[in-house]
Amino acid sequence: MIREIMVSLFLLMGGILSLIAVAGVLRMPDIFTRMHAATKVGTVGVSSITIGLMIHFGSITVLSRGILVIAFFLLTAPVAAHMIARAAYRSGVSLWILTRIDEWKTHGEIGQDEE
Amino acid sequence: MIDIVCHIVMLMLIVSFGAAFVRVVIGPTLPDRVVALDLAATIVVALILTHCVQTGSAYYIPAAISIALLSFVGTVALALYIRRGGAS
Repeated sequence: MIREIMVSLFLLMGGILSLIAVAGVLRMPDIFTRMHAATKVGTVGVSSITIGLMIHFGSITVLSRGILVIAFFLLTAPVAAHMIARAAYRSGVSLWILTRIDEWKTHGEIGQDEE
Repeated sequence: MIDIVCHIVMLMLIVSFGAAFVRVVIGPTLPDRVVALDLAATIVVALILTHCVQTGSAYYIPAAISIALLSFVGTVALALYIRRGGAS
């Protein structure tokens, strides 16, 4: 019974976090803020559903695969978001009109571009 | 109880999937569409894992892992494509 309640809580949390991520992607004004919503909240939503899955099965094979899924998302989501943000800024996507800090513009380019 | 919760969660995830594709359609620039497609792939992984819980069969977890891998590789490839100049 306790196990069912915990699995249900984790699954519902994952579903609600996915809805929040999509609401952020739809409602945010800028690509960078949209990416902020999509990457973090989406990753936590999938991790929550995976934790529910691991509690539901409770065997060692599902546990190892679930840890693999969570580690994979935690490793790859920041890398992908960083690459898209860098490419978008380089290709001249305009920032939000109320953006106050643009460090790349004020400090110039520190690292050399390797192309 | 788990069955009803799985149905509710799958409904939430399907609504999220459709809304992410709204952003894919109306996104002003190409990186917006890439971000929305990445989120859609994440939601598909969550959908597969919820289906695993619902049916009680753990055989679909490697499919979820491979979809996550393909999503990452596709996102990185599209980021490199945007950086080289993109469609503009």
